[in-house]
Amino acid sequence: MRYALNKAAWYTMAFLAAVVLNYFLPRLIPGNPVDTIVARMAQGGGSEGEARQQIYQTFLKEFGLDRPPLEQFLNYLGNLLRGDLGTSFGNYPAKVADLIAASLPWTVALQLPAILLGWILGNWLGVLAAYRGGWVDRWAFLGFLALSNIPYYCLAILLLYLFSVALPLFPSFGGYAPGTTPHLSLGFVLNVLHHYTLPFLSLVLVLIGGQAVGMRSMAIYELSADYVHYQRSLGVDDRRIVRSIFRNAMLPQITGLALAIGSLVGGALLTEVVFSYPGIGSLLFTAIRQNDYPLIQGITLLVTVAVLAANFIIDLTYGLIDPRVRAAQVGER
Amino acid sequence: MNPLLAQLLSKGRFRLSVGILLLVVAFAVLGPMLDTRNPLFAVGGRYDPPSANAILGTDVIGNDVFLQLMHGLGTSLKIGLIAGLVATAIGVLIGTLAGFLGGVVDEILMGLTNVVITIPTIVILILLSVALESRTLVSLALIIGVTSWPWTARAIRAQTASLRVREHVDVARLSGAGTFSIILWEILPYMFSYIFMAFVLQLASAILSEAALSLLGLGPDNTISLGKMLQFAIQGEAIRTGAYWAFLPPTLLLTVISFALLLLQSSLDEVFNPRLRRA
Repeated sequence: MRYALNKAAWYTMAFLAAVVLNYFLPRLIPGNPVDTIVARMAQGGGSEGEARQQIYQTFLKEFGLDRPPLEQFLNYLGNLLRGDLGTSFGNYPAKVADLIAASLPWTVALQLPAILLGWILGNWLGVLAAYRGGWVDRWAFLGFLALSNIPYYCLAILLLYLFSVALPLFPSFGGYAPGTTPHLSLGFVLNVLHHYTLPFLSLVLVLIGGQAVGMRSMAIYELSADYVHYQRSLGVDDRRIVRSIFRNAMLPQITGLALAIGSLVGGALLTEVVFSYPGIGSLLFTAIRQNDYPLIQGITLLVTVAVLAANFIIDLTYGLIDPRVRAAQVGER
Repeated sequence: MNPLLAQLLSKGRFRLSVGILLLVVAFAVLGPMLDTRNPLFAVGGRYDPPSANAILGTDVIGNDVFLQLMHGLGTSLKIGLIAGLVATAIGVLIGTLAGFLGGVVDEILMGLTNVVITIPTIVILILLSVALESRTLVSLALIIGVTSWPWTARAIRAQTASLRVREHVDVARLSGAGTFSIILWEILPYMFSYIFMAFVLQLASAILSEAALSLLGLGPDNTISLGKMLQFAIQGEAIRTGAYWAFLPPTLLLTVISFALLLLQSSLDEVFNPRLRRA
């Protein structure tokens, strides 16, 4: 219990630090932030005249600039707690929370299956390579290393060029065919899957590489364990042995999975940018181009919260599973 | 010759990675000396294919891709170098102080490190670069540097804590040396190889961070970098129009640099950490 409270305190501090950063950074822009922001937005081709005056009033009220600084910050916190992330500049008068809610499902639908499949395949291939050994292992390892090391956006660019331009097998743009509206029909679902393939593949490949590298070294360590020798001497077939190695080497890999799921939102922003795929990444990209501060802040906050929550859950479960972790954290330090 | 150096040179991976990195650096340093034209000046039309005029063709606004590649590589390497040095310096400072002093200082510094580690780097990077009035090469490098030190600090702290109880440190302490002089003369020299490896990793990740930020539209202003080349190529639809010469060179160069730095780091690791070697 003390362990859980201790951890909760640390994560609350990290969260507060993130909120403070989120609150202050746009306010560091010299001068009255609302003036600057509206002016910058106008440069980016925003609205004119009366409409702009109205936008100006909205943000003046939202920032609460006429109040003392502490009250401004508390005001911001209060809005956050109510789930109000403010109004978007770029898509005035849309609410930031609504814009994010509309994009998030695309990102989750792209990333979650990719992370799960990449994790399973990567770990499986890692164990197989370690078990086979010899030249299979050597070449497989090199392949994993190359895959895990290529920056994910570079792989995305290469795949996009190879399989939608050089060999036009897949569409190069968007989440579904332009001109159609999302609806439930076989044709539309197939169309979405067709658009889905390349971004999905680019994420899965990188994940396979990263997971396989880690799993391979864990499995090599397990190979010299007594139970493997014992199974071999009994003449147990290879697939059974591989499966038991897999189970024993998996615990640290589960942490990797949880971390990957936590960084789901922020982990592959650029994949969406490269493929012009709808989602949080594309939303952020547009927000940055339009100097849409509330939207940028909303997205960065979302990314932070996801990562913090995943880390917190990992820490708690580790504390539950392994008493040594708990003792080391509370007792010694 | 130094036995460690001999061991390094006998490794194919080490020789390969150093060879690649030397070529890359030579291209960035010697290239602009031999060809002094301005990379931000149009030499042709939109996406002219490779020709004698521009051997890698032109980009979306008619700039020479080869020329941009030389200068962009230079910018990316400079950002990586500055950011890597800053991150390593902060990490070493915080790590050695926390590990050597222990107690309350250790708790506070490591608490700070853990807080910074859990907030995703990309978030701090985005917020800081959004808040900047103008993004120069140096300010961008500093931003990347001050956000990426925590892993180094953690690793250095662990090393320092194990070095602290060595006898030669006790001798120095008994002879009245101050904290900083002990850290400088009795601790740092013993983990120099370790610090260098941390720097190599920071360098690689800083170069990739620059590219990622630039792709999001937060790259350095009024200059060209590998990331900005990619950004122009993507915004200018180079990929979909099939202008491979505009995006393949920076993409492949980033990949090659990242791979070479990883190879270098892993070969150094094997030589300096004998425990990792397997017969």
